[in-house]
Amino acid sequence: MSEITNVSRRQFLKLSGISAGGLVLGGLLPGFKPVWAQDGDALSELNLFVSIGSDDLVHIICHRSEMGQGIRTGLPQVVADELMADWHKVRVVQGLANAEYGSQNTDGSRSVRRFYQIMREMGASARTMLEQAAANQWQVPLEEVQAKDHQVVHAKTGRSLRFGELAESASTLTPPAKETLKLKPASEFTYIGKNVPIVDMPAILNGSTVYGQDVQLPGMLYASIERTPVVGANVKAVDNSAALKVSGVLDTFVMPKQSEPVLFKPLPGVAVLATNSWAAMQGRKALSIEWTDSPHAGHDSEAYLDVLKGRVKQQGKVIRSVGDAYAGMMNAVDTFEALYSVPYLIHAPMEPPAATAVFNDGSCEIWACTQTPQSTQRNVAEALGIEPDKVKVNVTLLGGGFGRKSKPDFSVEAAILAKHTGKPVKVSWSREDEIQHGYYHAAAAMHFQAGVDDSGRVVSWIQRTAFPSISWTFNGTTDEPSGSELDLGFGDLPFVLDNLSCETQKAEAHLRIGWVRSVSNIQHAFAIGSFVDELADKLERRPRDLWLELLGDDRLVDPEPEGFKYGNYGESKAVFPIDIARLKGVLNLVADKAGVEKPTAKNEAWGISVHRSFVSYVAVATKVRVEGGKVQVLEMHSAIDAGTVVNPDRVKSQMEGAMIFGLSLAMMGDISVKGGAVVQSNFHDYPILRINQSPLIHSYIVESSQPPGGVGEPGVPPVAASLCNAIFRASGKRIRDLPISKHMQV
Amino acid sequence: MMKFTLNGKPVSVEAEADMPLLWALRDMLGMTGTKYGCGMALCGACTVHLDGQAVRACTLPMSMVEGKQVTTIEGLASDASHPVQQAWQSHNVPQCGYCQSGQMMSAAALLAKHPNPDDKTIDEQMQGNICRCGTYPRIKAAIKTAAKLGAKS
Repeated sequence: MSEITNVSRRQFLKLSGISAGGLVLGGLLPGFKPVWAQDGDALSELNLFVSIGSDDLVHIICHRSEMGQGIRTGLPQVVADELMADWHKVRVVQGLANAEYGSQNTDGSRSVRRFYQIMREMGASARTMLEQAAANQWQVPLEEVQAKDHQVVHAKTGRSLRFGELAESASTLTPPAKETLKLKPASEFTYIGKNVPIVDMPAILNGSTVYGQDVQLPGMLYASIERTPVVGANVKAVDNSAALKVSGVLDTFVMPKQSEPVLFKPLPGVAVLATNSWAAMQGRKALSIEWTDSPHAGHDSEAYLDVLKGRVKQQGKVIRSVGDAYAGMMNAVDTFEALYSVPYLIHAPMEPPAATAVFNDGSCEIWACTQTPQSTQRNVAEALGIEPDKVKVNVTLLGGGFGRKSKPDFSVEAAILAKHTGKPVKVSWSREDEIQHGYYHAAAAMHFQAGVDDSGRVVSWIQRTAFPSISWTFNGTTDEPSGSELDLGFGDLPFVLDNLSCETQKAEAHLRIGWVRSVSNIQHAFAIGSFVDELADKLERRPRDLWLELLGDDRLVDPEPEGFKYGNYGESKAVFPIDIARLKGVLNLVADKAGVEKPTAKNEAWGISVHRSFVSYVAVATKVRVEGGKVQVLEMHSAIDAGTVVNPDRVKSQMEGAMIFGLSLAMMGDISVKGGAVVQSNFHDYPILRINQSPLIHSYIVESSQPPGGVGEPGVPPVAASLCNAIFRASGKRIRDLPISKHMQV
Repeated sequence: MMKFTLNGKPVSVEAEADMPLLWALRDMLGMTGTKYGCGMALCGACTVHLDGQAVRACTLPMSMVEGKQVTTIEGLASDASHPVQQAWQSHNVPQCGYCQSGQMMSAAALLAKHPNPDDKTIDEQMQGNICRCGTYPRIKAAIKTAAKLGAKS
């Protein structure tokens, strides 16, 4: 269900900020509801654009944000392939914020899976129109001409015309009906499935890339903001006299008061405006601020996790059930249980958030490293009391995102200060700001119980989870995990079980809760992957064999008849079912490639785990050495089945990165809270994996003609369990509370 | 007024003596290739060369830069022809790219000292540079390729 239309050049200008000549095509696709869609996200239609100019250049709009996943290369690759374009004549244009694109929120690992088909159709439409224009000019049948290497050729007569020579006349034609479009067979792909180098490589190599932190405008002021250490507190009093004496400091400004829900509103605080970043930071240190009380001032993360652990030991709210799990436990000959926890985590992209704003004549222009230009547009408009169409949002490159830059609070800060000063203002977050004032991955506690019969078969399974919900961020009231979070590796448990009960427990929120790469899959895959391994050990089974037995026969799983309304990452369950054969496929691939059942040296062992998320399938095998209480990760193998892959090298790079992201969080990731305030502040106490801790990594991609699934996030979830399973097998020490650094040296 | 040599050219900036080089480069000289990551010399995103040595610009006060030679990513090679840049390209190292200026500057300094480094040396010399995207395996491979390219040139 999609449609390609000829669109006006004016519209192209509005969406891209560049003037186009020649042929301009737009693709419309009916809307969809992504998991994290906010009210007002444009869901009704989608416009993607390609233009072919008389100068022979093809401009392809990338309406998604680039944060290292390679999307500015991947999506244009797809269009260029069907178009039969010469990649050297393709230019990628970053789309401005505009509701006409549909949701631009670049998260949920969905850029390729959502836009692969429409991008192909748009390329094929443009190609067909160029061919038709050539056929008309030569007065030969369409079937006799063919697009190739950025030109259309008539083989019979040896004539050819460049795309640029055909663009004007092609633009007067009606795009072909969708059912007549001929998409290329996979065997003829020139760019899809090929390792096209990233389009931003030259700029990265010479340092000319522009990220949010790098934007500079004439006369711009630099702002550094001291924000409330505790959510829910406001500025009571401020003494700025010392700050104003700092050389280069021009002014201070008290940011607006806020109340819950916290939404994407800026945190209360005091901004220091200066002629350079250093002066702003020095001035900020000289501020003296008194804060109001907050209902969250008593929050202590350690005590809080203990409360959640206590709750998940008790029967909770059932969200999915099969048979009678409690009777199943009574009838079992043996039962096993385990309690797991994951602490709060923060994104820590190398580039902390930054935004620059100008306010003039009732209009605002923003430059920001944002994953969500439209949400930025709406939130800025609301804060300034203007219409969204008066806010122009330019998306810079993102120095990593991982979900942090889906929250536009930092752009709203810049907009408020630009309006206040009447000058361009850049708000740069420091590393301390990023770690202490984020939207945190929820701390979580999970309890698992399994009952086995006299043949050692698992016959009953009870799993419970409790963590503060992202929904609280938006409504200020939710005090238990919400459905879209339970979709992520909990309610979709794909095991064959006669008796199953999936339950939740209450968890009040005290911090801004947000999504971090792979979201609730982090805790759920850790707990499930660990528990399967614990069971395998108790039952004296090979981990792979127990996994295969629990996964059962090849089949498609739908948790819906068992009472769980499953969102499936916003995708059709018919197109993207939970496919057991694919789960088993990646598991067996990794186990075989790594040789996980082969003997290892003393103190060394393999651990495995497998997980489906973002409609892709990933298995991970990790080999560790544990000596003298110190863990060393030696080697990792990952396999991903993400259906059709556009750029295998970028998929591999995402998998390498996901292994390291997963290791980092499992080994060292720990945000703790005391008195309502985050304790950690920089890389010395929130360490990120470094090169000397990075293992040898092998990545395998399952060849598939299935529709493309997610890539950016699915690699992360199985890592923690595979690592902890390896540690157990190497040392006998079972780690149920992350991070590992609490228990062993890393 | 602080005077020093930046990528081979004399420059002067009106910076306080305690201002770190990073902010003079970025805010006053418009050289934004050198990145901010932590402000505490913990992540290496701001790595530049001071008289040929890799240093963290975020904690290096201008008073220590005066009269010295500073090289940033913009000056590593005018045409991205440095062996490190070539190797980074051939291994498709970057993901988001933000830390890569610092990674390449650290790698260039490493190779100047150790033309043929082994894994252990790379680990020791590069562990001050964090990459959150996780490009370490490629950085390691690219440094070895750069070593070979450097030996040829």
